[in-house]
Amino acid sequence: MNFAAILAGGKGTRMGNMDKPKQYLDLAGKPIIAYTVEKFLVMPEFEKVLVLCPEAWVQPTRDILEKAFGANDKLVVIQGGADRNGTVMNAVAYIEENYGVDDETVICTHDSVRPFVTYRIIKENLDAMASYDACDTVIPATDTIVVSEGGKEIDSIPERSKMYQGQTPQTFKVAKLKALQESLTQEEKQILTDACKISVLRGVPCALVEGETFNLKITYPSDLKMAQALLGMEA
Amino acid sequence: MLNTVYQLTAPRRIEVLVRDEALDATSLVVRPTHLSICNADQRYYQGTRGAHILAKKLPMALIHEAIGEVVLDPTGEFTPGTAVVMIPNLPSEKHPIIAENYLRSSKFRASSTDGFMQELVVTNHDRVVVLPEGIDKDVLAFTELVSVMTHVISRFDAIAHEERSKVGFWGDGNVGFIGSLLFKKTHPESEVYVFGRNADKLSDFTFADGTYLTSEIPDDLIVSHAFECAGGMGSESAIDQIIDHIQPEGTVALCGVTENPVPINTRMVLEKGLRLFGSSRSGRADYERTLELYQQYPSIPEYLKRIVGQVFDVRDVADMTAAFEADIQKRLGKTVMHWNK
Repeated sequence: MNFAAILAGGKGTRMGNMDKPKQYLDLAGKPIIAYTVEKFLVMPEFEKVLVLCPEAWVQPTRDILEKAFGANDKLVVIQGGADRNGTVMNAVAYIEENYGVDDETVICTHDSVRPFVTYRIIKENLDAMASYDACDTVIPATDTIVVSEGGKEIDSIPERSKMYQGQTPQTFKVAKLKALQESLTQEEKQILTDACKISVLRGVPCALVEGETFNLKITYPSDLKMAQALLGMEA
Repeated sequence: MLNTVYQLTAPRRIEVLVRDEALDATSLVVRPTHLSICNADQRYYQGTRGAHILAKKLPMALIHEAIGEVVLDPTGEFTPGTAVVMIPNLPSEKHPIIAENYLRSSKFRASSTDGFMQELVVTNHDRVVVLPEGIDKDVLAFTELVSVMTHVISRFDAIAHEERSKVGFWGDGNVGFIGSLLFKKTHPESEVYVFGRNADKLSDFTFADGTYLTSEIPDDLIVSHAFECAGGMGSESAIDQIIDHIQPEGTVALCGVTENPVPINTRMVLEKGLRLFGSSRSGRADYERTLELYQQYPSIPEYLKRIVGQVFDVRDVADMTAAFEADIQKRLGKTVMHWNK
């Protein structure tokens, strides 16, 4: 059984003066989050699409999504956690409580501010679960990556052909994800905010799924302009 | 729903556009899986249509021959994963006489609206036909083209007189191959002759009763009826030869698309009392009939495997371009794209 978890926990602190979390900003007449959620809603592979957002945004999110899609029993809006790990674990807890978890239970986590995710990317995330317990969506790095421990001098420049930029979705077998999270110390939990990174550190192979350059994360005002341009709008 | 569309924005340039597609309680969402390139697509891709036509039609997603799998059907008629062929003709009215494929008000994918080079296709239930199982998907990818020839033959059957002992097909390309194959299988009592310019291509028409190079047609070879499947620069000479080698009161089916105005020896058309009719598009009934034929005559899809040319796994725009460029170089056959974009 597959579940989508749309992570809408961002507070919108990076969008200039706009005080709304960025997933609620308007893009061509609809909130960004509605586009993102719809991509998962149309896929029959998902039993439920969970949307996890800050407590104060649970009811507004329900309103927004109901306006966009009507009453849809495939859609569940619940409260996220204090951080990304906490939010993902709230989704896991919901799944466990309502459906139970077995070895075939899969959670496909996705940033609510990546509305341009494609059918192929999502499908290949789910397909990867046939042979992996975790997978990450990536694109080859186009910029040279520079490593600096102190932030003042370059320590190394890794070979670019081996570098990738992480996107989402990130998909996991729920049982494995839960076990990994429970293995973290309090200190590790503070540092390890990426579930794929936790998988790798614990020796769980994490497959790569090819993303898209246009599967962009709407973080800065310039990203919103790029999103408008992709939609053929005057940016 | 946001949907990624791969549009031709200028000759040889394909770009990404994302479009918000409205879904309602009856919208059918189909994931394209196998796309087949047609010469009509090539005329846009290479920019050989007139500049004013390109200016009017581009940007536009190409491809009108495609099959796919149902992703979402809110009505429940189709279960997700059902394999379907998608019909590119999009009628907006019904006419008591004129068929959907000839209505001037109809839109046609990759001609007057976006074709199937899309992440997902939002369509209606009557614009898909469920595919039978057990038939090669690369063959099914060009069901649209086969359905056009099914349509031509069904019109021929309604129009042509019943003396059909010898029927000629001019053209040794895909249209000639498909047309002569369908005709031979559905009219086994007729002798089918194929006329072309390439001996190597003609040797592939093993089901025909005879093949001739157009430069070596015996003067006394007369056919009852003929199908012109040459198109392009070959239309004129093909029609000329047909008029020379057809019996009086024969019917000529014009199937080859050309960008050029074609002079026709109307004096001999009149003297021989010939009937000429044209067809280039099909309607839903022709798709259904084509798929019935595949099941009734399993050798048809088997023969059609022979015209599956290069197959491309398409994962990015460079793969799309590679498929179109390779298709330009082909001698015979259909270039198929496995759509993984």
